[in-house]
Amino acid sequence: MNDMTITPEDKQLLDKFLKDNQLFYIADPEIMHDHDIGPRSEEEERLLSGPTDPHLINMVRGRILAAMDEGNTMIEQMGAAPGAKWGDIVASIFTANGDLSMIAPHGVVGFAACVHYPIKYIIKYWTHEPTVGVHDGDGFIHNDPRYGGIHGTDQSCIMPVFYREKLVCWVSCTIHEGENGATEPGGMPPSAESRYDEGLKMSPFKVIENFQLRRDLVTFLQNMVRDPKLQLEDMKVKLHTCLRMRERVLAILEEFGEEALTISLRQHIEDVQEEVRRRIEELPDGTTRVLTFPDSTLRENALLKFSMAVTVKGDRMTLDFRGSSPEFINRAINCNAASLKTMLLTSYLQNVWPDLPQTMAVFGPIKMLFDEKSVLNGSFETPQPMSLIPLFKAMTIPTIPMAKLSYSLPHRYTAIVAPQYDQPGTFIYGGLTQNGENVGNFCADINGNGQGGRNHRDGEHSVSPPFAANCDIGEMEVIEEELPIVRLGAFTLTKDRVGFGKYRGGLGYEMIASTRGTDMWGFMTGCTGSLFTPSQPLFGGYGPPVYPLCKIQDINIFEQLAKNPGKIKFDMLDMMNNQTVEGGRYSTHPMAMTFELCQNGEVYMMCQGTGAGYGDVLLRDPALVIKDIEENLISHDTARDIFKVVFDSDTLIVDAEATKALRDAERKSRLKRGKPFDQFVKDFVTPEPPEYLPYYGSWDDPTVIYGTSNGKRIKMKGTEIQSMFMPNPKDEKIKALEKQLASVKAELDACRGEAKKKK
Amino acid sequence: MRVLMTENLRINLDTEMWECRHCDKVLISARDNYKRGLLAYDRDPREIHKPLLDPTKYVLTYSPDPTWCRLIEYYCPQCGVMTETEYLPPGHPPLRDMEFDIDAMKEQWKHRDEVLKEPGGKDYPRANRNRTHSGQPMARLFTGEKPA
Ligand SMILES: [Zn+2]
Repeated sequence: MNDMTITPEDKQLLDKFLKDNQLFYIADPEIMHDHDIGPRSEEEERLLSGPTDPHLINMVRGRILAAMDEGNTMIEQMGAAPGAKWGDIVASIFTANGDLSMIAPHGVVGFAACVHYPIKYIIKYWTHEPTVGVHDGDGFIHNDPRYGGIHGTDQSCIMPVFYREKLVCWVSCTIHEGENGATEPGGMPPSAESRYDEGLKMSPFKVIENFQLRRDLVTFLQNMVRDPKLQLEDMKVKLHTCLRMRERVLAILEEFGEEALTISLRQHIEDVQEEVRRRIEELPDGTTRVLTFPDSTLRENALLKFSMAVTVKGDRMTLDFRGSSPEFINRAINCNAASLKTMLLTSYLQNVWPDLPQTMAVFGPIKMLFDEKSVLNGSFETPQPMSLIPLFKAMTIPTIPMAKLSYSLPHRYTAIVAPQYDQPGTFIYGGLTQNGENVGNFCADINGNGQGGRNHRDGEHSVSPPFAANCDIGEMEVIEEELPIVRLGAFTLTKDRVGFGKYRGGLGYEMIASTRGTDMWGFMTGCTGSLFTPSQPLFGGYGPPVYPLCKIQDINIFEQLAKNPGKIKFDMLDMMNNQTVEGGRYSTHPMAMTFELCQNGEVYMMCQGTGAGYGDVLLRDPALVIKDIEENLISHDTARDIFKVVFDSDTLIVDAEATKALRDAERKSRLKRGKPFDQFVKDFVTPEPPEYLPYYGSWDDPTVIYGTSNGKRIKMKGTEIQSMFMPNPKDEKIKALEKQLASVKAELDACRGEAKKKK
Repeated sequence: MRVLMTENLRINLDTEMWECRHCDKVLISARDNYKRGLLAYDRDPREIHKPLLDPTKYVLTYSPDPTWCRLIEYYCPQCGVMTETEYLPPGHPPLRDMEFDIDAMKEQWKHRDEVLKEPGGKDYPRANRNRTHSGQPMARLFTGEKPA
């Protein structure tokens, strides 16, 4: 009766019918769910099953890498986007089937590691589509992360390379452009409530024909963004970078032949996978886990759980993210799984296996598990423009479970490192500049995160963003020339805001910003970690503190500086605690701020954060503690109270015996205050999250997910998660104020009544 | 055969026990949660991440909110070393962060020598050129142009 078996002929007919009648070529789940490289093509199979010449392959590989590096440098030198100048870019090459093979050695691997999705989409949908087609001289543009990509600010230019009328490979380059016409300037709007607030959402489409940009389409894109000049300039930059890389590839083809190129591109990624399997196999079988708790949706405080478990069995590795927070259908912080995977890859390539070739194939042998409708696996309709919140976690948390898996190895591929600070600590800006330009973008400070402590030394201060080791924090003077931002305090390291440990995290720095020369200028920020410690520490260290956003408003600091230049010290703690700007309205806020106008001379302050600490603070060499005092990284109190070092305040000479005694005493008091674990669990653990906490994610059981509906807590099965719909924070505030007003009114009426009676 | 598992812990594969690396204390079965062999303490995070902004003036002070975030410290019950730490919401079950297949480990270490000292980390040499972009020298491979 219900016999649904159909003949192969019927199936073919049905498939053809469905294919011919597809109404919308949505991101293809088959492509988007597969982060591995595809099987060998027939030609690759033929070439690679025979003998190959490793010397020739190595030579070709060197030439390809050189071409990529040249491409990367071209973008860096010519790119108009602020991100391009600081290295938020990549140039890369893909096999004919669209698998990422190599990237420029200084490029951002994550940017390239997701471009195989749009390329495979182009191959599948546009090659045989008569209205599109893929020809020599064509080029495609793309930015929507749902079709592959980190987030909507990154625009890629993708170009097929033909040799003797045959497609032999693809080249692409990507820039973090910033502005993309979203509901707030700068391309990363925390206030986005639907995906239609995200601005440009480019599925892969052809914008280059005969090696030239189609001006009608460029104009259309320019018309959609706040910075049309940037859009045009960087489309040109990317086109010409692709053309140069194409030229280099053609030279390689002429010199070494097509087969050598095909073999090199494919062999490279197959070798990587073999090595990854070997590295997994040498780890102990078992499971290691980590949790992290972002404390905001960027619109309201909310405690989200992200859970990661790494399981190794033989040469297989599984990353399990089930039990994490549900997605938010009207908040900007959702992330799709394909984007998340590329940033996990980044973490592995920066912190675990940095010596491996920088390519997505590394993750081929690794399986990943997500709940449907998890914030880490957001569905197509969820807004994702601030996916940076999950992504920054993805770049940093793997170091903990991987350290616990690989510490026992007899050899190291790199140091064991505690997580880097995991927030995009930067001002995002927008408005009209002093030069009359409309702009929207972010500051280079997003690249200044402190590194975590390591097994043999402290973390580096403000070293790089967690997504790329080669990005820089830019020149303040250049930025001030172009933008009305005045940085009153730029790169002062954040004293005492340190991930303490045997080896401490590297520090972040203070950003004290104001504006002048325009009345149409504003800032926003998109960080969590103002209530709950962001990065988790390693092996008994401490994590970072939490960081607020600080404001001094209703004043013009420049007027006060003109009158009394010596009075104000550009130090956040001093300015806030001693309120040295006269008459200012001082306040602190979570580091999640939707766009707001900043008046001339008002002061906005935030920090880049510290990496997490490594190991017990009592094991820190007292000499290193004193060095930190000398370098103004910690106060005398911190040295005494946290590190338990006794020293002379004037000479800073350590009293070794007294220090030992103080540390022994601290160890004794630990023994006194610590409870046996089982007793501790009995006293500490509650069956459910505290009622007052707006909590999202699992608690004790990873298959039961907590969330809210209409402000009330709900429980869901992990397999049946529904999207969270959050109330408007302003409505909530009005509600609370109305309630307050009503009770005050009632009190007043009662008072009046009594007064009347008395009369 | 003892295997160094973290900065502070090792597994003795012969006795199948977790041990403290600092004082040799035998903690608990290697097949069990090592945390069960330790002492635990629920710390107010403000004691470590002290308020740096005046709490009488400001809501946020750089200290984690103790009603949202607790700092759990784990100590060796013999020598008092801080073996692990984790930041959890109040009442959240501590994480079972390490769980190993001891039989598989035994098999694996049959073919390895005991490691008495962790292999450490090394600092890689830094490029000895002042911030030139390597793309330019690379490009000369093609152009044959001599550096200026
Ligand atoms: Zn001990």
